[in-house]
Amino acid sequence: MIYDVAIIGGGVVGGLLARELSRYRITLCILEKEEDVAMGTSKANSAIVHAGFDAVPGTLKAKLNVKGAFLMPKITKELGVPYQNNGSMVLAFTEEDLGHIRMLYQRGLDNGVPDMKLLSPEEVWELEPNVSREIKGALLASSAGIVCPYELTIGAIGNAMDNGVELMRSFKVASIQETEEGFLLTSEDSQEVSARYVVNAAGIYSDEVAAFMGGCGVTITPRKGEYMLLDKTQGRTVSHTIFQPPSAMGKGVLVTPTVDGNLLLGPTAVDQKDKEDTSTTAEGLNSLSEAAKRSVPDLNLRAVITSFAGLRATPDNHDFTIAPSEKNGRFINAVGIESPGLSAAPAIAEYIRDLLKEAGLALEEKEDFHPIRPPYAKFRERTEEERKALIQKDPRYGRIVCRCETVTEGEIIEALTRNPKAVDMDGIKRRTRAGMGRCQAGFCTPITVELLAQELGIPTEQVTKFGKGSEMLMGKTK
Amino acid sequence: METLDLVIVGGGPAGMAAALGAYEEGIRKMLILDREPQLGGILEQCIHNGFGLHRFGEELTGPEYADRYIQKVTELQIPYRLQTMVLNIHMAEDRDKLITAVNEEDGLFTVKAKAVVLAMGCRERNRGALNTPGTRPAGIYTAGAAQKFVNIKGYMPGKKVVILGSGDIGLIMARRMTLEGAKVEAVCEIQPYSGGLTRNIVQCLEDFDIPLLLSHTITQIHGKKRVTGVTIAQVDERKNPIPGTERYIECDTVLLSVGLIPENELSLGAGVQLDGVTGGALVDETRQTSLPGVFACGNVLHVHDLVDYVSEESDLAGRNAAKYIRHQKAEATIQRKITASGGVRYVIPQTIHLPVTEDQRFYFRVGDIYNKVKITVKSGDEVLYQKGKAKVVPGEMESVAIKADVLNRAGADLEVTLVQEGK
Amino acid sequence: METKNLTCIVCPVGCSLTVTLDGDKVVSVTGNTCKRGEAYGIAECTAPTRVLTSTVRVEGGTAPFVSVKSKEAIPKGMLFEAMEAVNKITLHAPCAIGDVVIEDLCGSGIPLVTTKGVKKR
Repeated sequence: MIYDVAIIGGGVVGGLLARELSRYRITLCILEKEEDVAMGTSKANSAIVHAGFDAVPGTLKAKLNVKGAFLMPKITKELGVPYQNNGSMVLAFTEEDLGHIRMLYQRGLDNGVPDMKLLSPEEVWELEPNVSREIKGALLASSAGIVCPYELTIGAIGNAMDNGVELMRSFKVASIQETEEGFLLTSEDSQEVSARYVVNAAGIYSDEVAAFMGGCGVTITPRKGEYMLLDKTQGRTVSHTIFQPPSAMGKGVLVTPTVDGNLLLGPTAVDQKDKEDTSTTAEGLNSLSEAAKRSVPDLNLRAVITSFAGLRATPDNHDFTIAPSEKNGRFINAVGIESPGLSAAPAIAEYIRDLLKEAGLALEEKEDFHPIRPPYAKFRERTEEERKALIQKDPRYGRIVCRCETVTEGEIIEALTRNPKAVDMDGIKRRTRAGMGRCQAGFCTPITVELLAQELGIPTEQVTKFGKGSEMLMGKTK
Repeated sequence: METLDLVIVGGGPAGMAAALGAYEEGIRKMLILDREPQLGGILEQCIHNGFGLHRFGEELTGPEYADRYIQKVTELQIPYRLQTMVLNIHMAEDRDKLITAVNEEDGLFTVKAKAVVLAMGCRERNRGALNTPGTRPAGIYTAGAAQKFVNIKGYMPGKKVVILGSGDIGLIMARRMTLEGAKVEAVCEIQPYSGGLTRNIVQCLEDFDIPLLLSHTITQIHGKKRVTGVTIAQVDERKNPIPGTERYIECDTVLLSVGLIPENELSLGAGVQLDGVTGGALVDETRQTSLPGVFACGNVLHVHDLVDYVSEESDLAGRNAAKYIRHQKAEATIQRKITASGGVRYVIPQTIHLPVTEDQRFYFRVGDIYNKVKITVKSGDEVLYQKGKAKVVPGEMESVAIKADVLNRAGADLEVTLVQEGK
Repeated sequence: METKNLTCIVCPVGCSLTVTLDGDKVVSVTGNTCKRGEAYGIAECTAPTRVLTSTVRVEGGTAPFVSVKSKEAIPKGMLFEAMEAVNKITLHAPCAIGDVVIEDLCGSGIPLVTTKGVKKR
């Protein structure tokens, strides 16, 4: 068969695009090189919906950021994904910084960002008593928010799949040939997919995928960002997302609550060559602690429950490049989707939809499109009555597997059976939060491993943390 | 709603001993709630021997020690519900407690009780708390998780192992995995001394020529999908890695045995005040917490090295819960604080109500290795008690027994401290 | 004459013992601070023994393995040989705590017994 559209990359951009296109009477597949979705930049980032005052007015970034932030509340609601409109602040520590936040304020106005205000130090402390006493002021943007980036990706792809989209996992595109009807995409292990239109949403690899169709003149440099996540007891240290004045390397280190109630610090910003190296470093974590303390001096760093790193797809032209390939107009590139890519993603999806339409793709709306994807049961967030109803429906909701995050067996089964199905330990973690709490999976790992083996119908030793090669166990004792 | 005298949260050694203590004091309307499919708590997976020397005068394995209590609980028909997770504890207006729990069979349910014993045990510190840099591959386990895989499920978490931290579970797992065919390359301990029992260092490491590297830590974990190795380094007095001492060790597994943390989320939710040092509740001589009728014992109160002491403490808590239920406890006349100083990290209990009718035992841990000290209990400037000790170490809990009449004489708050011999 | 250094485990003091041996006869124990230390030093250097604990496969039970121990300490040098014997066994549920799994573990004269019960599935 030939698909109307093949999307390369199961990240937040590919996911939201697939979901957008699933409204129409077309056949569509997502090609994901890993065994699960949201495995690249979408897995490990600041989880922020930026208001849109950072980008230079007139750039694609500026336009799509503001629109994306506007679309985010509705789309997250439809997809059952946690989002909070908590607002953000950019702190100014010096006179120079004050000048800078005034400039950002003006940029915001030019970009059409609503609800911004320049605050005096007293006004900041009134809202955020734990913020440094050294500040000279701050820019408040009330439209900013926080979202869970991997849940958004999983929700979007799940909803797309419920509406007929196919997800092909472990499909790493090795070559793309132009054919009479469109394109023939071949994976590293020689699987083939034909499609009339192709969208390159390959994140950190988007420059390499663009090169299959003559390139797009942009080179991606992976920029590592290290983060530390603090226990939920610290989640109320600040209520807004607290930024520092931006530097050449990015928006600086932020301190923010997460939608799950933890506190997140990060990112650092170090350019590297390796597109897979997401290791944390002693220097990175140290500099991160120091930088974060500049904003919030009394951070309780003893409450760190985990640290991790993500890679941003930093383009050398400093803007999103979203356009048809010059070689073939039915091949659309989405290259260099760095920050604020997550914020802009809902708008990027609409933008690419329009590009596909311009390139000749017929988009006729389906009558049976279901925009709603119910969230996972989330026992921990339910009322007593709702909990009782859940257990009545399925007693497995009465068995707590992850005690730190109060995740039930029922939710793990949901993660293993709902689109897109979890196939490994990290997949379950991202869908249910099992193992994401303060004990970091010490207690629930043996149970989750067995549930995975049971549901996937594989021997326990074949259960992986995140795909082939990351097996949890090494054989039987006897 | 079911109304009971006593609810015990946790059916491990602490919970069972508390239940039996309360039973002996005449309490019948009680219920043990436990999240596991069997009573016994973590002892189920501690299949090594060395339990019960103090309590039973013989060396038992963990399951055997647990079985002694399970038999009694069963014999006395003390009710318990398994695979049941307590979600929260609320204080009702009449000072009773509302305990909400969930399981597959009963669904979500709430019981009311006059008293509660908290006996939830502890959890292991993990990599996140250490902030160890590097990759995040498969093959990093806490020693306890590895123990469950090996002893209960029958799987090997890995074949070539480096252990970080020399806590007892890590030492035990070094031997266990070696006997099951794994190679344990080294145990790295950031402190200049081990936190484990000497017996375990000799029988779990020395017996198998496993190097114990003191003042060493893992500075980086390597491997994209599965652990491929670790970089270790020696640390200075401030625990910072010393440049130039780094060494790479090839391995497929990292086990962490870097400390235990009392699991007090439920207690905090109920409003129990905690001790910043122990991570457990602040208790008085009856093991009652800051909430009247809420008692705590075992590893949820403070981390013990021997289960024998857990049983002893829990028996005390259970008996006192019974007295509370029967309104037997004399109203306190004087309350004295008990503080730790001079090398003593903490003391249990943290307060005492005087006068007492029975002799009291104070339990404490030291923060470093000390030779030739006098363990001293003072009230203000007055020395109430002193006993010489050749050596005290952080890995082994110490205790002192003090006569009731001596305590009743105390005119000020109490202090447990170490005095160097000869001073 | 041969000397062996070991750490005494009789009490938390953990004395560093030096045991001097003439062949397999102990000539002297030094470094100990009590009588029990001397006895430990002699035993460790002449006939060290350990209790072996492990698991044994179970078929048809509510658990796939049952924990076992050597009822008494066996010669230390025999541990790995004993493990091989232990690993060959498969029990059938039910089994009760204290059941004898092997009458004589590798000729030590010591039985291997279960330390847990497993019900029939």
